[in-house]
Amino acid sequence: MNQERLAGKPAGELISPAENTWCPGCGNFAVQHMMKSAIAELSEEEGMPIESFVLLGGIGCHGKLVDYLNVNSFYGIHGRSIPAATGMRLADPDLRVICHVGDGDIYAEGLDHLIFAAKRNSDITVIVHDNRVYGLTTGQYTPTSPFGFRGRSTPGGITEHPLNPLEVMLAAGATYIARGYTRKIRHLKDLFKEAITHRGFSFIDVLQICATYFNLTDYYNAHAYEMQEGEVDTGRFESALAKIREWDYDQDAPIALGTFYSVKKPIYEEEFQALTAGRPDRRALVQKMLRDWR
Amino acid sequence: MHEYSVLIGGKAGEGINTAGLSIAGLFSRLGYQTYMYFDYPSLIRGGHNFAIIRASERTIGALRTPVDVLLAFDQRSVDSHQERIHDGTTIVYDASGAVKADGYGLPLDRIIKEEKAPPITKNSAMLGAFARVAGIEPATYEDVLRASVPEKHLEANLRVARRGYDAAGEVFVVEPLDAPALPILTGNEATGLGLVYGGLESYIAYPMTPTSNLLHFLARRAEDLAIKVLHPENEISVILMALGLAYAGEKAAVGTSGGGFCLMTEGLSLAGMSEIPVTIVMGQRPGPSTGMPTYTSQGDLHFILNAGQGEFPRLVVAPGDLEETYIWSAAALMLSWKYQVPSIILTDKTLAEGAYSFDFEAVTPLPDREPSLWDGSGEYRRYARTDDGVSPLAFPGRQGAVIKASSYAHDEAGFTTEVAEEVRELQEKMLTKGKSLERELMTYPAVKVYGPQNTAATIICWGSEKWACIEAARELEARVVQPLVLAPFPVRQWKEAMIGAGKIIRVENNATGQLGRLLREQGFDPGRPVLKYDGRPFAVDELVARLAEVVS
Repeated sequence: MNQERLAGKPAGELISPAENTWCPGCGNFAVQHMMKSAIAELSEEEGMPIESFVLLGGIGCHGKLVDYLNVNSFYGIHGRSIPAATGMRLADPDLRVICHVGDGDIYAEGLDHLIFAAKRNSDITVIVHDNRVYGLTTGQYTPTSPFGFRGRSTPGGITEHPLNPLEVMLAAGATYIARGYTRKIRHLKDLFKEAITHRGFSFIDVLQICATYFNLTDYYNAHAYEMQEGEVDTGRFESALAKIREWDYDQDAPIALGTFYSVKKPIYEEEFQALTAGRPDRRALVQKMLRDWR
Repeated sequence: MHEYSVLIGGKAGEGINTAGLSIAGLFSRLGYQTYMYFDYPSLIRGGHNFAIIRASERTIGALRTPVDVLLAFDQRSVDSHQERIHDGTTIVYDASGAVKADGYGLPLDRIIKEEKAPPITKNSAMLGAFARVAGIEPATYEDVLRASVPEKHLEANLRVARRGYDAAGEVFVVEPLDAPALPILTGNEATGLGLVYGGLESYIAYPMTPTSNLLHFLARRAEDLAIKVLHPENEISVILMALGLAYAGEKAAVGTSGGGFCLMTEGLSLAGMSEIPVTIVMGQRPGPSTGMPTYTSQGDLHFILNAGQGEFPRLVVAPGDLEETYIWSAAALMLSWKYQVPSIILTDKTLAEGAYSFDFEAVTPLPDREPSLWDGSGEYRRYARTDDGVSPLAFPGRQGAVIKASSYAHDEAGFTTEVAEEVRELQEKMLTKGKSLERELMTYPAVKVYGPQNTAATIICWGSEKWACIEAARELEARVVQPLVLAPFPVRQWKEAMIGAGKIIRVENNATGQLGRLLREQGFDPGRPVLKYDGRPFAVDELVARLAEVVS
């Protein structure tokens, strides 16, 4: 593999020729460009070949990102990126598998997969474009919309309180949990790199404004802050839980950004790696099994 | 011709299935071909389980109603099978309970107490008693026990079996045949081995009868077969994991039944659009909904043929016995990769959980087929247009290639498009693949014919009813025609097979005659239906009587 050529590949080449159809001012642009830079930098700094990255998209505005980057991708179906990502990592331990998912996509339609990927510590990265509203289906509430949110399917305001996805992830067994914000792009890029480098299941909830249906820019600017070194003990469950509970996606509170939790656990896919290693002659194994059948 | 039928019955949890397989093992060691039907309700302990074991000099794959020997652990095993008992039937029963029957009573409780053996060894007492009734030497059942019982329990089982042997008397003699002892496999096991023969690297499933045992078998033997076996949270995850594995270059298959397949349909349609290969083992059972989980049906044919939104090609094969499920599972997987279409192996409870002698040395495999791989020249386009509709594959990690798979309508490179011309071309590309697959299948034995030409009547059937039909056809001097491939339908082969068919009768395990509907769609005579939809397969004698009503 020609590492030098790849390392020298400018990040600009990672933008695909596909026409971009996001709304002006959409938070997805920040996610796209920071993902592009994170991949380019990891390729340069860590020697991760560009072709070893795979991006998965669900269905929603977020999913278009995989069309817009010139990187291997699997543009799948609503809520189902995660099991496909685990399948890829099972097939090839050298792949860097990154799911771009939406809050409706993965906290509603595909929540089961999110919880189970965390539970089994699948070695994939999940980046949630959490704009707390359905954009592409034109403005309905999602599992992280605040109480009383008036969407097109709930004109009287929702009577449910939101999930705190970080708390769900901690309870489920995620080994890396972080939150970013699309207006703090350098910080966001650093989180992406940390999550991709983390061995095991890594999860980032990205607070992303929806310019058309739920523009929380002013609110986030007023409440979000970057956690400082030592503000949370990322190796301790209780410390992470307390920090995660500081804001519940509902009531007014300071919104911490950064890494809440980062621990090591055995990786799901590695348990299976030895089974298919080498180039076994399976036909001979089948014949032997039949001959020895009892 | 020598032929025997034995029923063993008792409560769930008593090991009736294993005991039945041991009896089949006895016959197998004497050179007989065997078939075992296992009937059990959906519960863990209690109820009434029974197995019917048939043994014959020639290949069999169906049961008959009368039995020569009935081995009863409880009264219900005698009372519920009155129609199977005739003058020549020998009954062996557990005399420790209140079972009333004429025959040999075994004091099973006393035997195991005196031999200080666990209750499960009562099966060995029955095995020993059966061997005595059938004039089979103790050495034969000892060999069966040695092969199936763990070392530490072997001595106790041998002692108990001997007590059973001594307590019964010889009624007839099963003459040993000059034929090899064939292994006895279930349909699920043969399907799994066929998949591995065809190149399977990973099997993914969520438990669901009647394919749970395929999951269990492959999981237990994963190391011996060098495959990964995964059991994720639900069937949606199952098929998506398979697609992820295949996108990254690993050959994967999944298994389920109707309810689980419902959950897989969005993944099936995704496989169709993204052109990612996947092989699905679909074991039918009676629906709608939960239906009868542990019984049999052929009620999902049109569901399988039409599942998934949109129009995309698929391969559907319906094997009728071990040989067919072994070779067609391998072929289905290989063709799925060659044409980048979903392949579905349609079985049912009768085949999946039935046990059959498997003459694997005599099997002729179907031809090997390889996927089309990118040669590395030019810019890689995942959905490049080609004459046969098949775009060469590359997998992530490949230098110089950006592999973009998509569920959206897409252009050749894989980018989303809604341009009318491009979308039309994409649809035509997918249909071209289907046509290419159809052409390839013309060289496969996609329609099979059994029996002489120019008979007055032809019985058509599909899947696991094959052997009941073959046996019935011998008695009625008819022939049998069986489509192995149901999609794309093998039109030309069907036409040829039906030349001079005479009167056509169609046998199906469903209520609406789904093969008939398919034949009508294709412009063929569907014949007169003989349908059964009570969750049980046809017994040969029952089928003969039903066919006779239609033929006359």
